[in-house]
Amino acid sequence: MRAYGLPSGIGIATLVCVASVSAADLKAEAAAEVRYTLPTTEFALANGLRVIVREDHRAPTVMQMLFYKAGSLDELSGTTGVAHVLEHMMFRGTQQVGPGEFSRRVAALGGSENAFTMQDCTAYFTRIEKSHLPDIMELEADRMHNLALTRETFDREIRVVMEERRLSVEDKPEALLAEALRATAYSASPARWPVIGWQDDLHHMTWLDARAWYERWYAPNNALLVVAGDVDPASVRAQAERWFGAIPARPLPLRKPQNEPPQHGLKRIVLKASVSVPRVTLAFKTVPLEENPTAKHDAYALSVLAAVLDGYPNARLEKHLVREQRLADGVDASYSMVARGPQLFTLSALPAQGKSVKELEAALRSELKKIAQNGVGAEELQRVKTQLYAARVYERDSVFSQVMEMGLTEMAGHSWRTIEHMDEALNAVTAQEVQAVAARYFTDDQLTVATLVPQPVRSVTHLKNLTQKN
Amino acid sequence: MRIRTQFLYLAFATFLAAIMLGRPSAVLAEPLIQQWRTTSGAKVLLVEDHAIPMLDIQVNFDAGSRYDPPSRSGLAAMTARILRTGTRATQGCLGLTEAQIENHFADLGGVVSDTVDEDSAALRLRTLSIAPKRDAALATFAALLQCPSFPEKKLAREKQRIITVLKERSSRPQVQAEKTFSAAVFGAHPYGASPDPKGISTLTPAALSAFYRTHYDAQHAVLSIVGDCDRLQAERIAEQLMRALPPGAPRAVLPPVVPLASPREIKVPNSALQAHILLGAPAIARGDPDYFALLVANQVLGGGTLISRLGHEVREQRGLSYGVYSTFVPAAQPGRFQISLQTQKDQVPEALAVVRATLAKFIAQGPTQAELEAAKNYLVNSFPLQLDSNGKRLGIVATIGFYGLPLDYLNTWTARVNAVTREEAQAVFAKHVNLDKMVTVLVGAPE
Repeated sequence: MRAYGLPSGIGIATLVCVASVSAADLKAEAAAEVRYTLPTTEFALANGLRVIVREDHRAPTVMQMLFYKAGSLDELSGTTGVAHVLEHMMFRGTQQVGPGEFSRRVAALGGSENAFTMQDCTAYFTRIEKSHLPDIMELEADRMHNLALTRETFDREIRVVMEERRLSVEDKPEALLAEALRATAYSASPARWPVIGWQDDLHHMTWLDARAWYERWYAPNNALLVVAGDVDPASVRAQAERWFGAIPARPLPLRKPQNEPPQHGLKRIVLKASVSVPRVTLAFKTVPLEENPTAKHDAYALSVLAAVLDGYPNARLEKHLVREQRLADGVDASYSMVARGPQLFTLSALPAQGKSVKELEAALRSELKKIAQNGVGAEELQRVKTQLYAARVYERDSVFSQVMEMGLTEMAGHSWRTIEHMDEALNAVTAQEVQAVAARYFTDDQLTVATLVPQPVRSVTHLKNLTQKN
Repeated sequence: MRIRTQFLYLAFATFLAAIMLGRPSAVLAEPLIQQWRTTSGAKVLLVEDHAIPMLDIQVNFDAGSRYDPPSRSGLAAMTARILRTGTRATQGCLGLTEAQIENHFADLGGVVSDTVDEDSAALRLRTLSIAPKRDAALATFAALLQCPSFPEKKLAREKQRIITVLKERSSRPQVQAEKTFSAAVFGAHPYGASPDPKGISTLTPAALSAFYRTHYDAQHAVLSIVGDCDRLQAERIAEQLMRALPPGAPRAVLPPVVPLASPREIKVPNSALQAHILLGAPAIARGDPDYFALLVANQVLGGGTLISRLGHEVREQRGLSYGVYSTFVPAAQPGRFQISLQTQKDQVPEALAVVRATLAKFIAQGPTQAELEAAKNYLVNSFPLQLDSNGKRLGIVATIGFYGLPLDYLNTWTARVNAVTREEAQAVFAKHVNLDKMVTVLVGAPE
């Protein structure tokens, strides 16, 4: 039944942010409390497919996740959304397995399956009782090279995707705002378009676009298989050889960088929508963790900064803007350092009654300015690091989180082996470094401000005006 | 901080987790649940698991929104929320402000949350299990449960926040659909109520305190403990958390959930591009002997978009909706059966006709033998997935404890699924789902 969840801020710490950011307390304490890295093995097949096996023997289950390094960052104008459309088509049958049959077979084995598309990659996952791993590996390998893409199945599925876009974006003002903001902040980078694609591009997409995408990117040498759970690496290796080993490698297209030109001056957009509460989002262009993640890097300090602002219930934004000044009824800070494309550091807020988005924008900027000028306290910094450490321990409870973290780290161009270094680097971030990145990145020349402006809403009166038919 | 949800699109909406509650795993089929009562009378359930140095604790109080007075929807939820905003120095508790409480948990790596549904208010603590951190976190958690101060200023702020959020959501078609649907399915029964700004605005510290004194008693509380903790430690923790709670008072007598007398279709205008459609009616309560047959039958009808009849007809064959699901949500009193989908406005008549025809055929004929076997296979084979993390176990254990399900519930679960026959699945589904006694809510459908 519907739980009435009282909000404790707009967003809470989860997966990518904390998972990949995550980590580390005082080193001695960490060593005493938990060795959080479980046995992990990595190998590659002759055709270039890389495989990571993580052993977690708590339950007799296994998760298989196959990542393809092909996401919306690799799309071209005019066919935006094709990475995600292909993801849908991967469930629509192969030469051997009929449409929908993949899901029915997995279900018969008691598995649960799904897939997702991001900027960096597309991934397919199945969770199942461990004895069925060979079955799902066979199915996953089959659709890597035998997809039966037809005009008929495509024409039906593209309608589903357009429904999905209506559901998740078009009818959600806050999602439209985020989409418009990205499209404004970036002018050349493919990070400017939504992963789900523009509706008009979806409308004009054909089955040939999907097929071309499949042929371009779906090859073993562009994929990473992660298997985690109650498994033994040697038998996973034998199974992987058996099912994926014979799929030939293919030359991959050159990835052009499509770098974003420098921004000169603040960008600002306004979005009108049928909402009763306005919202303001500030997005600063920043960098992700780049090559050599073991080096000192701004991304670590930016991650700690995000946690100082919004990493625990009484963190700065909530404390100052919601509680002390009563300017906002919800606040959120977000930054992901592990990613392939350019990254935005965003601050978002809902004004409290009687407060304007203008006041709120000023207050958000003043919070950043305070850090740039005065830095952060030792207690605050330590608290954030404890949060990161605890999140790391708690993450062990979820096999899914562990697989996601390793896979997304790899898709961003870093080895899963560097995750531990990242933890240490985060733990080593100093107050001076946090202050320095606050001063360096939060300037008008990196900034885009997006405001959601309420339009008259019909719904309140109309709810009373129901048409009934008995 | 949050996951980059705006960049992540799934092949289909994941709805399973919600449906699966009460469908636990063979992992726990061994005698892993220990149960006892504290000296104060609270029921305690413990599942030990020492693999990860963490501990999850949940207290379910008989303090759900079904006890909200009609004019004060949101009272139960607000009471649970406000517990975290201040404590009094009394009864051995520390007197703490909201900031002190939150900083304290943050310094320890502890996480406190609350979930209030129709039947219960659940307060949850996740902590590292290393003794100094665990004990410090527990002392503060105990203070929230035993000595809340209901600070007026914090309540005023939270009221404003909830009202803002309710307003922000009020125009969303999904929210309108759920609100309208609940009201139509449950009528005047408290299960039909949704929080509204007016009710929220009337809440006072005195009202919250009175609700707390009536409903947060040990006698009706269920404490679930999962993780790195042995029986002796758990007994001490349970005594510590369940002492010095309010005495409690007789609960308001709730009316029965009344079956619908006739079909009803309700249209709510909305300018969204997609219409949101909900169909359903009151169905079964927790512990209903028909539960397993309904679980299997529903798995065939709409248990998963890519593998169900509804999914096949609505999404696979016609591309009408991204997701379509059916589910039974058993509660203390009969909860809802519900079918949900969304589709572009002008496709509403077609989608609705397909759903109704599929449902009518299913009621009349039930699942085929092959469908029944496939559904049972799925349910039985996926059993180990339902409890493969401490977080999932905690949820199931709390459900077993709160609703008084038998302690061997998990041990007998697969056998009971396997025992369901085609005839039984059909008969039981037809007994509980009747197209002529069903509500249809259409938000944003063409006029």
